[in-house]
Amino acid sequence: MFSLEGKTALVTGASGGLGAAIARALHAQGAELVLSGTREAALVEVAATLGERVHVCAANLSSAEEADALVGKAEALLGKPLDILVNNAGLTRDGLIIRMKDEDWSQVMTVDLESPFRLCRAALKGMLRRRSGRVINIASIVGVTGNGGQANYSAAKAGMIGMTKSLAQEVGSRGVTVNVIAPGFVETAMTLSCPTRSAKSFSAPFRSVVWASRKTSLQRLFILPLKRLDG
Amino acid sequence: MSEIADKVKKIVVEHLGVEESKVTPDASFIDDLGADSLDTVELVMAFEEAFSVEIPEDAAEKIATVKDAIDYIEKQKAA
Repeated sequence: MFSLEGKTALVTGASGGLGAAIARALHAQGAELVLSGTREAALVEVAATLGERVHVCAANLSSAEEADALVGKAEALLGKPLDILVNNAGLTRDGLIIRMKDEDWSQVMTVDLESPFRLCRAALKGMLRRRSGRVINIASIVGVTGNGGQANYSAAKAGMIGMTKSLAQEVGSRGVTVNVIAPGFVETAMTLSCPTRSAKSFSAPFRSVVWASRKTSLQRLFILPLKRLDG
Repeated sequence: MSEIADKVKKIVVEHLGVEESKVTPDASFIDDLGADSLDTVELVMAFEEAFSVEIPEDAAEKIATVKDAIDYIEKQKAA
């Protein structure tokens, strides 16, 4: 695999299942990391398993101010500009639409769609200036397929896919790439908290895709968009 | 030439990688200096930073030439 030595990366939701796996993969390739998430103790734990080249910066991405400030804080911790942003943080508030509360909708939109927008905006300013940078947004297969009981989550993830495609067109000419990955069902703390209905309704073909990608190392899949970072 | 005009020219030269002689007051960023839409936004942001002014979207849209930029910033600074 390619080397990310000397490169810096910010991973949000880094204490979660996917986030920690992404952090491990980036770290294994030599990148210096800033791990972000809401639970500082859990982040410190992940950082401890990685060893050197890791910083921790807790942030609550349901706050616009904290989302806006995160890239700057990460760069302050690193003491250098950010090369890679991984928008992995997300949450679910599952429920059928007729029972869905306003805050179930707005909280998912804020954390899963609006905060990636804020982080992209902050990170891309510097990346454009430097003519170099990588953004990887972690969406979900339900953003493409939909999933009963996840109107809010699938709408946010579909939004993320559209946003990513637009940003890629905006900044591609400047040596900055923006990609989105839509994982299938992966067993993590987040998906375990989903009511069985939404997890079960996941159709068989998608599950098999996940299994296939697991066998070929899910971690590799998540950092593939970084392959040509050195041009 | 004013200090502001000098600084604007310098930013344009740096940002667009064009020769200084081409950055005349009437030069259009897009038509004469090879800028695309993203360049013009980046230029506006660079002006904002360099001169500590805020250039709202509707004003930014009207800045098409080097002179437009100088005039706008001079007006803001005088106000």
